[in-house]
Amino acid sequence: MTSRPHPDPEQGSGHTAEAGADLRLSAVTKRFGEFTAVNALDLVVEQGRFFALLGPSGCGKTTTLRMVAGLEEPTSGTITIAGRDISRLRPYKRPVNTVFQSYALFPHLDIFENVAFGLRRRGISEVRSKVHDMLELVELGGYEKRRPAQLSGGQQQRVALARALINRPQVLLLDEPLGALDLKLRRQMQIELKRIQTEVGITFVHVTHDQEEAMTMADTIAVMNQGVIDQMGSPAELYDNPATTFVSNFLGQSNLVRAAVVATRGDDLVVEAYGCTLAAPGSRARRTEGTVWLGVRPEKVFLARAGAEAAEASGPAGANVLTGGVVSDVSFIGVSTQYLVRMPWGQELTVFEQNSGAHDTFRPGESVDLRWSADHTFLLDADQDAHAGDQSYAELVGTPSA
Amino acid sequence: MSAVQTGAVVGGSLGPHTDRVEPRPKGSRTGYLLLLPGMLWLLLFFAVPTIQLLATSLYDPNGSLESGYAMTWHFGTYLDVLSAYRAPFLRSLGYAVSATVLALVFGYPLAYAIAFKAGRWRNLMLVLVIAPFFTSFLVRTLAWKSILADNGFIVSGLQAVHVLGPDGRLLATSVAVVTGLTYNFLPFMVLPIYASLEKIDLRLVEAGKDLYANGVTSFRKITLPLSMPGVVAGTLLTFIPAAGDYINAQLLGTPQQYMIGNVIDNTFLVQLDYPVAAACSVILMAAIVLMVLVYVRRAGTEDLL
Ligand SMILES: Nc1ncnc2c1ncn2[C@@H]1O[C@H](COP(=O)(O)OP(=O)(O)OP(=O)(O)O)[C@@H](O)[C@H]1O
Ligand SMILES: [Mg+2]
Repeated sequence: MTSRPHPDPEQGSGHTAEAGADLRLSAVTKRFGEFTAVNALDLVVEQGRFFALLGPSGCGKTTTLRMVAGLEEPTSGTITIAGRDISRLRPYKRPVNTVFQSYALFPHLDIFENVAFGLRRRGISEVRSKVHDMLELVELGGYEKRRPAQLSGGQQQRVALARALINRPQVLLLDEPLGALDLKLRRQMQIELKRIQTEVGITFVHVTHDQEEAMTMADTIAVMNQGVIDQMGSPAELYDNPATTFVSNFLGQSNLVRAAVVATRGDDLVVEAYGCTLAAPGSRARRTEGTVWLGVRPEKVFLARAGAEAAEASGPAGANVLTGGVVSDVSFIGVSTQYLVRMPWGQELTVFEQNSGAHDTFRPGESVDLRWSADHTFLLDADQDAHAGDQSYAELVGTPSA
Repeated sequence: MSAVQTGAVVGGSLGPHTDRVEPRPKGSRTGYLLLLPGMLWLLLFFAVPTIQLLATSLYDPNGSLESGYAMTWHFGTYLDVLSAYRAPFLRSLGYAVSATVLALVFGYPLAYAIAFKAGRWRNLMLVLVIAPFFTSFLVRTLAWKSILADNGFIVSGLQAVHVLGPDGRLLATSVAVVTGLTYNFLPFMVLPIYASLEKIDLRLVEAGKDLYANGVTSFRKITLPLSMPGVVAGTLLTFIPAAGDYINAQLLGTPQQYMIGNVIDNTFLVQLDYPVAAACSVILMAAIVLMVLVYVRRAGTEDLL
């Protein structure tokens, strides 16, 4: 699209969300002295998306957002919105607004004036009715005259959201806005945020280190690790088809077993792991030869009594089978049961079984085989650390975390 | 001063809670006991002298130190004083207001620079602000006498650029007195403003920029309002002592520049006219209290102080 003259915020013409207003970061780098916080980051956020930037603490999420907002200047690289380069624009001239991690509500202004702040700066008319509508949207009607200190954490969070959203930015940046809330309120606000985003249709870039939050809310997730983006895609894509061991461990859990590709059979790859021959779809292989990490999600695996025929076992036919496991731990979680199974080569694998009554249950010490559909197998580059991004390393492999 | 951030939360939610936990009688008795020394101090050195002062102002004006004073509830002294010393009264207020405004104009940018721009020089600059206190008030004012002297570099400089006429002078003028007052009370302006600027969460300023406020606007709408407690405290700490000051007028001015402080000094210590001196003091005190009340209310910062 043609780049139109940049909308001057002072003019009050407003920059409402418009088609094709993609946010694009190209080779954006930020260094603090010697330390590289964000490293040659490339990112495209399509207009109208609920985009989550997910990563562990200190990986550079806030720094990335601050560069988009203009509160931090990139060391190199460009940031564009709707094709217009904004990398060197002053923050108050950018068509983005931020919901800060700490809310940063103005303590000397009441809720009405907090929310009206952006409108007043741009000299926009009908402030009263716009603020009123916005407070209704975040369900805070009637709180106009209160000061921020007189609100609960969740209410303050909604004021911060309203204060940013009322400006109808092309991109709304949210920096862990739910971080300070307790679990129950957080779940509630996640649904709320998602509803509001759908209602207003503005691009949301939501920073979080909570993978569950990212998966429930976002259309697209970018998993960030040490200043770079490991993988980007829909939650299901990332979950089912992780590109790196980091993604496979950070988003949910994974069993990663050392294996070697030995042959190709049609679209499938044949791999061998500790004497068992297994198959994996070629489309889910990040490496197609040599040593690999063979991965499978714990809930995709079924347990079967050792030596049982495929027909009598509850697992799928034509499945991958790893034999010789011994149940070492059973934890009942209600909807499911979590098994730890020690394999002959010493590794402990995790299996989640639905408590649907359709499966046998097992006790510690019983010998079992692990079965799963070959379609659910993925292959990763074996050069990567199998525990990258794994928050429950000890649980998974039964050794103390490094 | 931090009431705006924490007052409501602490007072609102924690207060009642702790009351319930603490056995009430013991708690309140401890509170009163803690108040006692302060109350005694105030009673002895503030309440009693104030009452004494009020009483003195109403004594028979015909009495004298030798013959003794009789209490005649002579309110007339106030009227006499108001008409006789109208000029020094008005001058005091005028000088004090001018000095306060000037101290604010010089002091706010200084405090701002120390708080936000000084970096590692911050502590040194703070020490420099306080440094004048290491010498006496009198010596510092005398120093200004030589700085503003007729043959000093400032006067000759101003004469050279024709701001002052060939025999124009600074010493012994209102300018000199206001300059002295401004200088002497500047630290009282700078320090409270610095303290409240330094407490401002810079993320609020960032939030302002994010919400379309440019540098000037975010100063006007965020930094300045949040530093108001410091401005109010600073102006009070400057205005109140400046209004009662007499050293600057005496050393840098002439009787034409005398303030009410000089009148009180003179009537108490030279003329020994106690009722008149007391009446002047009471009027000054009342005027200051009244102006401060109006000011604080107008500034809308009662809850911040
Ligand atoms: N102003 C700064 N000066 C030096 N280093 C900084 C600065 N800001 C951030 N960093 C460093 O950059 C890295 C990324 O920081 P950032 O705040 O972006 O992390 P984050 O992903 O938002 O983490 P969290 O989830 O804990 O908020 C960190 O290692 C941090 O120490
Ligand atoms: Mg952060």
